[in-house]
Amino acid sequence: MALPNKPLGELKAVRDPEVEEREVDILIVGGGMAACGTAFEINKWKKDGQSVLLVDKAAMERSGAVAQGLSAINTYIGDNTPDDYVRMVRNDLMGLVREDLIFDLGNYVDDSVHLFEEWGLPIWKKTDDGKNLDGKKGLKLGTLKSGAKPVRTGKWQIMINGESYKRIVAEAAKKALGEDNILERVFIVELLLDANVPNQVAGAVGFSVRENKVFIIKCKTMMVACGGAVNIYQPRSVGEGKGRAWYPVWNAGSTYTMCMKVGAELTMMENRFTPARFKDGYGPVGAWFLLFKAKALNGLGENYAAGDVAKKELERYAPYGTAAITPTCLRNHLMLFEMKEGRGPIQMDTVTALAELGKTMDKKELKHLESEAWEDFLDMTCGQANLWCAQNCEPEKKNSEIMPTEPYLLGSHSGCCGLWVSGPDLDWVPDSYKIKARNGKIYKQMTTVEGLFTSGDGVGGSGHKFSSGSHAEGRIAAKQMVRFAADFSDYKPALKQSKDELVDMIYKPVRVYLDNCEYTTDEDINPNYIKPNGMMYRMMKATHEYGAGTATYYQTSSKSLEVVMDLLQTMREDCEKMAAGDLHELMRAWEIYHRIWTVEAHLRHIQFRKETRYPGFYYQADFPGQDDKNWFCFVNSKYNPEKAQWDIFKKDYVKIIP
Amino acid sequence: MPSFVIDEKCDGCKGGDKTACMYICPNDLMVLDPNAMKAYNQEPDQCWECFSCVKICPTQAIEVRGYADFVPLGSSIMPMMGTEDVMWTCKFRNGTLKRFKFPIRTTPEGAANAYEDLKGKDLESHLLFTQEAEGVQLPKPKKTA
Repeated sequence: MALPNKPLGELKAVRDPEVEEREVDILIVGGGMAACGTAFEINKWKKDGQSVLLVDKAAMERSGAVAQGLSAINTYIGDNTPDDYVRMVRNDLMGLVREDLIFDLGNYVDDSVHLFEEWGLPIWKKTDDGKNLDGKKGLKLGTLKSGAKPVRTGKWQIMINGESYKRIVAEAAKKALGEDNILERVFIVELLLDANVPNQVAGAVGFSVRENKVFIIKCKTMMVACGGAVNIYQPRSVGEGKGRAWYPVWNAGSTYTMCMKVGAELTMMENRFTPARFKDGYGPVGAWFLLFKAKALNGLGENYAAGDVAKKELERYAPYGTAAITPTCLRNHLMLFEMKEGRGPIQMDTVTALAELGKTMDKKELKHLESEAWEDFLDMTCGQANLWCAQNCEPEKKNSEIMPTEPYLLGSHSGCCGLWVSGPDLDWVPDSYKIKARNGKIYKQMTTVEGLFTSGDGVGGSGHKFSSGSHAEGRIAAKQMVRFAADFSDYKPALKQSKDELVDMIYKPVRVYLDNCEYTTDEDINPNYIKPNGMMYRMMKATHEYGAGTATYYQTSSKSLEVVMDLLQTMREDCEKMAAGDLHELMRAWEIYHRIWTVEAHLRHIQFRKETRYPGFYYQADFPGQDDKNWFCFVNSKYNPEKAQWDIFKKDYVKIIP
Repeated sequence: MPSFVIDEKCDGCKGGDKTACMYICPNDLMVLDPNAMKAYNQEPDQCWECFSCVKICPTQAIEVRGYADFVPLGSSIMPMMGTEDVMWTCKFRNGTLKRFKFPIRTTPEGAANAYEDLKGKDLESHLLFTQEAEGVQLPKPKKTA
């Protein structure tokens, strides 16, 4: 570090922050792909006089899951049909998905991809004789919209040169919305219900991480899209390396926690994602499996997934396990089986794959192939490229280990936890998937709280949206929010809490710190408070050991769940004594608070679902195997903010696409 | 690590109103010590190694040293950002050097079309404004179960 022995935190927190109060018609919380979609679309529909504000915890240019870039767009329908898109997602997520939301998204997602290309995102192209051109050389073949062919890895993915993906998307979003309507470095931490209209969202409250200032923002309607949840389980690397989360380390479950705390219904929170990735560096494996046709080998050098044992095991999970594409959780399941039987570690056979491809290639083409392999990392997981360099690993000469990561919660990748939202108001959508507002109208992507919308990782029951789908969902929500704000133009938000009450809540960790920090000689060790860092380790240890973390090969049991729920309850009590000495620490305090609520919802759902729906993602030892008779349904839950009580229940699944 | 700042190269963005690394870090890690006028990473174990600070630093003062938990010493990867491409220099622990150049965008910075003048018409329809402008018809499921 350039400056040794400096106390942490340049931006000291003070007891009494400034307060800025605002009122807008439409509030956008978040700045990632979904929020950029909303920012881009919203002014096209906005009525005269309506106001919009976007609030991002970071800087939109590089915030959210795409901050680092991406090497592929994983959802582009192209020549496929939305019907088949539903079938793919349904099979990957073991049968239980919101087919209305997935089909609907399939109608919009390509429009966003076409915009990305127009804005300047380089998209690879396939020549007529089957060669791959990068996004710059491929320009001469025209755009996807004009009919040029993308380079498909799987049926749904297309390759891009995506280092600047987020910068490009954010540029269009900021231009469309206007810099004056954007607040960066403000962390929204709680939503506020209306004082008079039941179950209507009326605003949100947060604070600046750059100055001692609390923001109280009233609105008629809002979208919360702050990504999924990362570092809710002890990661496999626990020192510096815990920053190398597979999903963005700054995603703190804020979407789920903020919405559930005002009573929004959650769905499928038991679903999680533990991606198998290159060990430690967490570089992507998709291109290796799909583009380079590499195989995974067990410690004995066997292609275990192609063996008879694996086939037999997959048959137990028919029809999902026997489908042409094995669901992600079952691929993990097979890998874990090898590891548990002592046939680890698992290797990605990059050597054979590149040698095979090399047989039909000249020197120049081989060089290009090598470059493609490295770009896959450098575009989206730079740290993995550095790890290969540090290990002297050249993939054509040395295989690399792969392994399932720690668990993540998300709704846009191969996972489907999130909020229960309204489907579109179309005749083929079942009534049970529609949420009616108090005017009798249906607003797509509205949660069960009126005026509260979500997108991307926030929308439950519909995984596999990825970056492009999240952007498209954000755009859909934009139009629906304008519609809501116009339909309720007479509604005047009124808050239940006073300004002082809100400031007391937001700055509580600062006051706890200032009241007690002089008692001990080391500010981190004090019997009167706990720092967010300590609370983070406490949560990780509990979920790791009892909540189906990597410690137990993702297995939990009814008894373990009882224990961890008890531990989490105590943690929530102790959160009242969290202390923050500077603004960065205040951010961490609220993040860990969000994580604790989110992971509790996750475990509450696992506790309720008495089967193991997703072997490979988690195992409930008391209820192994799938139980379609009793559990072929969604699990939804709802926190009652008035009574501080949870309700958890089954919700019918409706098959729409044959 | 975590990103680290080379003392000699960092000029604190010359006291401008925006310190580049502090502006960009998605996890609020980079801070400026206003007395020394040097930036540093205040929480290295929360660094995603996203290279946002490395790429934006106007004096190339920021690099990344691999996570101590599992990355052997001696390697480095370093991007050089251009307007159309990024050039990566990857140095192996054993000294092997590899260089790669990838496109990053096909239009000039700032050229993204935000369609500021276009307005949607039918708020009750299910179309995005681009789809409305093109007269798109949204399909229904081919068959329902």
